[in-house]
Amino acid sequence: MDKYILEMRGITKLFSGVAALKNVNFRVKPGQIHALVGENGAGKSTLMNILSGVYPYGEYEGDILLDGGNVCKFKTIKDSERKGIAIIHQELALVPELSVAENIFIGNEQAKRGVIDWNQTRNKAAEIMKMVGLDISVEARIRDLGLGKQQLIEIAKALSKDVRVLILDEPTAALNDEDSAYLLNLLVELKDKGITCILISHKLNEIVRVAQEITVLRDGETIDTIDIADATEDIIIKLMVGRDLTDRYPKREHKVGDVCFEINDWNVFDPLDSHRKIINHVNLFSRRGEVVGLYGLMGAGRTELALSVFGKFYGTKISGKIKVDGKDIVIKTVRDAIKNGIAYATEDRKQAGLVLINTIRDNITLVALDKVSRRNVIDDNEENKVAEEYRQKLNIKSSSIMQKVGSLSGGNQQKVMFSKWIFAHPEVLILDEPTRGVDVGAKYEIYSIINELAGTNKSVLMISSELPELLGMCDRIYVLNRGMVVGEVNAKEATQENIMRFIMESNKYEGVEQ
Amino acid sequence: MNSIQKALSGKMRQYGMVIALFVVVALFQVLTKGTLLMPLNISNIIQQNSYVMILACGMLLCILTGGNIDLSVGSVAGLIGAISAVFILRMGMPTPLAIFISLLIGLAIGCWHGFWIAYVGVPAFIATLAGLLIFRGLTMAILKGVSLAPMPLDYTFVAAGFLPDFAGPGGLQTIAIASAVIISAGLVAWQFMARKKRQSYGFDVPHIGMFIAQLAVVCAIIIFFTYRLAQHRGLPMSLVLVSVLVVVYSFITTRTVFGRNIYAFGGNATAARLSGINTKRVMFMVYANMGLLAALAGIIFTGRLNSATPKSGDGFELDAIAACFIGGASTTGGVGTVVGAIIGGLLMGVLNNGMSIMGVPIDWQQAVKGMVLLVAVAFDVLSKKRRSA
Repeated sequence: MDKYILEMRGITKLFSGVAALKNVNFRVKPGQIHALVGENGAGKSTLMNILSGVYPYGEYEGDILLDGGNVCKFKTIKDSERKGIAIIHQELALVPELSVAENIFIGNEQAKRGVIDWNQTRNKAAEIMKMVGLDISVEARIRDLGLGKQQLIEIAKALSKDVRVLILDEPTAALNDEDSAYLLNLLVELKDKGITCILISHKLNEIVRVAQEITVLRDGETIDTIDIADATEDIIIKLMVGRDLTDRYPKREHKVGDVCFEINDWNVFDPLDSHRKIINHVNLFSRRGEVVGLYGLMGAGRTELALSVFGKFYGTKISGKIKVDGKDIVIKTVRDAIKNGIAYATEDRKQAGLVLINTIRDNITLVALDKVSRRNVIDDNEENKVAEEYRQKLNIKSSSIMQKVGSLSGGNQQKVMFSKWIFAHPEVLILDEPTRGVDVGAKYEIYSIINELAGTNKSVLMISSELPELLGMCDRIYVLNRGMVVGEVNAKEATQENIMRFIMESNKYEGVEQ
Repeated sequence: MNSIQKALSGKMRQYGMVIALFVVVALFQVLTKGTLLMPLNISNIIQQNSYVMILACGMLLCILTGGNIDLSVGSVAGLIGAISAVFILRMGMPTPLAIFISLLIGLAIGCWHGFWIAYVGVPAFIATLAGLLIFRGLTMAILKGVSLAPMPLDYTFVAAGFLPDFAGPGGLQTIAIASAVIISAGLVAWQFMARKKRQSYGFDVPHIGMFIAQLAVVCAIIIFFTYRLAQHRGLPMSLVLVSVLVVVYSFITTRTVFGRNIYAFGGNATAARLSGINTKRVMFMVYANMGLLAALAGIIFTGRLNSATPKSGDGFELDAIAACFIGGASTTGGVGTVVGAIIGGLLMGVLNNGMSIMGVPIDWQQAVKGMVLLVAVAFDVLSKKRRSA
């Protein structure tokens, strides 16, 4: 029998009478990477919040045992940290204006009688930075670092507290492939040094790569804990959703029509530095009934391209031509873009896509309010009718159209955003990371909606950083790198390898053309 | 039963405000031994506070855009009062023309603020703080440090006058009562029609008993207060004006595309822009409107005071801002109602008036108002926390 470093027994947690966790058992062996998976709302974060003392002892039922015996009663996060448990949340808890060293020791300042010892702070910080393999000045400001490095600094912060159990909540959700790979390797290194990791992730390929054991939660219950040797992505998914997913991507009948949307010789410069070219001579088109993928690593300029097309929302000194149905159109504002039948569903639902404090109804009709109003006066009943139609058609799980969007799950929020744009009746839909932060079941529904859009003769441009998703959904894929289209492939013939090759090839010519 | 509960909890904040107002009214009715709800005093409360309620309508829109406030409204009200007095008393301009031009100047001042805030990007707090100083300075310059008085009768009519009636002063005002009955009947008819329409769409409607009870309470309040007012001199013109403004601004905020755009902008500016809303124009319009309403408040206040003084309008901005926040507006924008702001204004007005009748000195009144603002917003914050936990 292995001893467990951590055991959570019979954990039950209620939120205003509704059980978020029901008698959950969770056991972690020392020196392992233990993955915790489940759909959104399965209870992963709640369980980890109990472990790290965010929900204090007494607000839940059950026991937390450390090192096989000691029952822990954490009242605060500090209590759990003292026992060597540290959690890194999805939203990073760094102060952008402070330096790396200051952030590492925030709340744990290296001080004597309240006066900070700066030499010790810097030296210790530099030491820890070496452990995570970061070669930057400890004086650097967090603001100036990329997300990947920020994530590493969060880990450094945890290491500075002599962590034994490190909990990471979706650490790679916002990282590009390169940074993700680095982070995962670091976790393996830490594991080899004896630090136990609990990894919450939706990215099953990563889990299969680094974890030794996997615990699956569904609807607040432990479904199973399996050894990595017995796990494949399909098995994990089956446990997560509780049914077979015979096909992750719904089938679509391909009926490709005329060219609907064209961008010619599109150039965009950085609004903060008007000499830096962000988008460089981009040409692309999409046909009616077609789903066209736009792939690129983070920083390739995908979102910048979309936003610059969508009413010059991003960029300066924009040049180039846009055609819809063969006609040249002039777009100066977002309104112009919408009038010309272009829709853009942002990758950042919460910050840029939805008004979270408003109702489902108000969000759905926001873009096309004129469709339910006469002389600028809204017809309540018409509006409610439309909202209710979309709520049912897109299966938005909610109590009514008057529920606040902020209280919906990620997948349902995404459906609200889709409803909003579909109700505007566009011809071209640019969908930026349509399944980001959406759980497996809802992903399938969103893919179905995309297929239906293509099926009704719309043209869909799908931006994604998940290649399998693009390969499964698209007819053609454009590969974007450093602001340029570096490849175009028919999705049927494409593989992950040949798409990555486009990117690698184009990097060879760095600096040749400007 | 469940639907009733749901409807109640959704509107709890709004009802909470109304209940608070009733409690305060009842409290002072007892404390002042019935003076508070004497016909004369009801007129007084309305006339004393009409300027706050006028300003609150505009201020609410500013606050909705994202917790922005307009600090200049007191100075603008003072300036417009002074300008209109100069037009009439020094230049001999006919009153209606003078008022019209004064309102236009107010609108122009609002556009001035809107320009700096929306198109140049100066924070609203700074732009309107500058306005507070600029327009107070101009007021003093125009009046050269002296008051202009008295204002002609047709100028003071809206601020201090009453809806004309056959009965003449003293008798029971028949037109007042008739209009209350007509308005109540209209309200009932309109509500029933709206209900029928909703049903024809197949939507849920509130339980019929609940619906009738609600309507009955509202109508009873309208008729009761009008009856009390009719025993004195009838409907104050300022009540008519404020009522019209409340209806107009409630309509704008809840039923028009522009109103919806304000809420969306305040709730999430980026999302609003990406939805094709011209957020700069919304911001501009909101401040332009505030200038117009500040001018109207200035004219009403000058009319009530019957003179334009260099200091008039001082501190109005704070009353209007407090009214909005007491009335449930969110400091971060996107949440708040016109009716809430008006109730907030009334609540403060009743507090003032009640304490004045009791002989509480003005300095203590100020302190009490401060406490009420603090408690009201704290209550709001706490109840939100409880809901999210």
